[in-house]
Amino acid sequence: MSLFSLTTVGETLRIAAPYACAAVAGVWAERAGVVQIGLEAILLSSAFASVVGTLASGSAVVGVCAGIIMGVCLSAAHATLVHRTRIDAVVCGIAWNLLAYSGTRLGLRALYDSASNSPSIAAFRIGPTGNEGWQVLARVLCDPLSWLAFTAVVASPYVLNRTRLGLRIRAVGENPTAARAAGIDVGRTRLLALCISGAIGSLGGIHLAFDQHRFEAGMSAGRGFIALAAVVLSGWLPGRAALACVAFAFLEALQFVLQDIGQASKAITLAQMLPYAAVLVALGLGVGRRSAPGGLGRHAEN
Amino acid sequence: MRGLSSSQQRVVFALAGALLVLNLASFAFGEAPPQTLARVWAGTWGTPYGVGQVLFKATPLLFTGMAFSVALRAGLFNIGTEGQLAIASLAGAWVATKLGANVPWFLAVPVVLAVSAAVGAAYASIAGAMRAKAGVHEIITTIMLNRCADVVLPWILTVALSVDGVRTAAIAPGARTAGLDTWLPSFHGSAASLAFPFVVVLAFAVEAWLRRSRIGREFEWIAQSPSVCEAQGIDVAKRRMQAMLLSGALAGLTVMGTVLGYKGYFELGLGAGAGFSGIAVAMLGRGGAVQLVAASLLFGTLAQAGLAINARVPRDAMGVLEAVVILLMGATAFASARVEPAPSEPARDKGGAA
Repeated sequence: MSLFSLTTVGETLRIAAPYACAAVAGVWAERAGVVQIGLEAILLSSAFASVVGTLASGSAVVGVCAGIIMGVCLSAAHATLVHRTRIDAVVCGIAWNLLAYSGTRLGLRALYDSASNSPSIAAFRIGPTGNEGWQVLARVLCDPLSWLAFTAVVASPYVLNRTRLGLRIRAVGENPTAARAAGIDVGRTRLLALCISGAIGSLGGIHLAFDQHRFEAGMSAGRGFIALAAVVLSGWLPGRAALACVAFAFLEALQFVLQDIGQASKAITLAQMLPYAAVLVALGLGVGRRSAPGGLGRHAEN
Repeated sequence: MRGLSSSQQRVVFALAGALLVLNLASFAFGEAPPQTLARVWAGTWGTPYGVGQVLFKATPLLFTGMAFSVALRAGLFNIGTEGQLAIASLAGAWVATKLGANVPWFLAVPVVLAVSAAVGAAYASIAGAMRAKAGVHEIITTIMLNRCADVVLPWILTVALSVDGVRTAAIAPGARTAGLDTWLPSFHGSAASLAFPFVVVLAFAVEAWLRRSRIGREFEWIAQSPSVCEAQGIDVAKRRMQAMLLSGALAGLTVMGTVLGYKGYFELGLGAGAGFSGIAVAMLGRGGAVQLVAASLLFGTLAQAGLAINARVPRDAMGVLEAVVILLMGATAFASARVEPAPSEPARDKGGAA
């Protein structure tokens, strides 16, 4: 496996999908002014729900729907709690992450009597099998979830920038007090934005579970946090956030390549640090620092 | 509910929610709720051993809760206590293994604590410097630093310091913190150590210091309005850096409860989760040292209760419960604040003499 091959491209796209979905979900939430560090929870809970749905019904489509419903519900609960009770959004997000982590483990024990993973699911098996470069790439390109994720990522900038809905969402995100004075219902707009955010984020979780053909405890493994970093680095722009995620995914795919080359040298494990260290360095150099939405974390004042 | 103050109401709500979740979970796993509750009671406050275990579980939570709340005083969200305590514990444990076998405790313990505090502060200072110099929000940097620590720690352990890949060598006997059962024999078998009384005293001392000192007052002003402080000539960047350093140092001191008071060596995952639970402790224990200690005891009880029921109901139920407590406490804070107008609000004398 060489550095630049069809395999690397295929792997990069496969790895990028959950990151990109979570990052675009983060952009939707934060452009509406709601701090969302619970992306990890969305990924994990929707992955779990999609596997439970698939196993219960025997249909992958039902599983996808279950996952999306889960993501939307969690995200909507976040919006409602933050708006209605003025709970600190950061604390709330930490609670969601904890809830999803423990709750899915509890669910695994309750439903499948296992501490680590669910039974395997068929998911969508489309495209060629095998490990040749073009086969890996073709599998990724044939996966309906990849296309759902791609559509969501491509449609997001358009909806946010060019539609009436997007304008309202940006308005409540930039200045909730002014938006309310202009007759926009801040609470409902944010709720709607968070529902969209939850749906897009859940695609990432479903992709993760269907890619592994099962649910594993803690399988999101910090992807939600990387996505959060991508949001900040991108300057809260969905397209750039997705691109940043592809870059992370490339770094991650590179690890596999390096591990192949380096014959499992112990220093190679440090390569796992690359994406996180890259974020820190980029932020330190001043990438994407300026343009946080003005009303991020603010409420309409009475 | 009328007779209770708002903070008491919040506690009642949170406990009611916790009880509900616990009953639901035990029901789901085919266990009669009263039996689960009895098991929880016997495993925590019902026996001297259980009490000792609760104190032991509460110790790291009080360190990290204090760390988070000190940063919060200055308006900073130090989500990074998790990584800070891990790196600092490893450093402290490593120094403790290098001490001679006959170094007395009154030298060994302060040295180890000083090293851990310094390393914790140094790790936090990365986030502090990026906030102060580059204006990068500390939430994002501390999350990244946590992930870096997750990767670096196993690497250091396997490459440099390890006995068998997951733990360091045993620390010098002088650095061990004595168990509380030395003085209270009924705690025998529990892992409670002198670290608990130490951290309680520290919590009150830090609270008193920050209430009385210039630095503590300026922290609170900066949290209120950084721009006003800047205009008043307060060095906001420096104060924020100091808050992060202090927070990281306190997180680093967690080593006393885990390595010095319990294991006697550092292993992967020791103290993991204390950083995030510490955030919950700090949010619940807002307002003073008494509240902070009480909150750490509550979450220590939950953690220990999880162990007590683990055979019948998975202890992940306690994670769910912790999350529900955080959500309920946070959600009821504003509702109760709306009912009671803040005493300092001068809104009603508009148009007065001023």
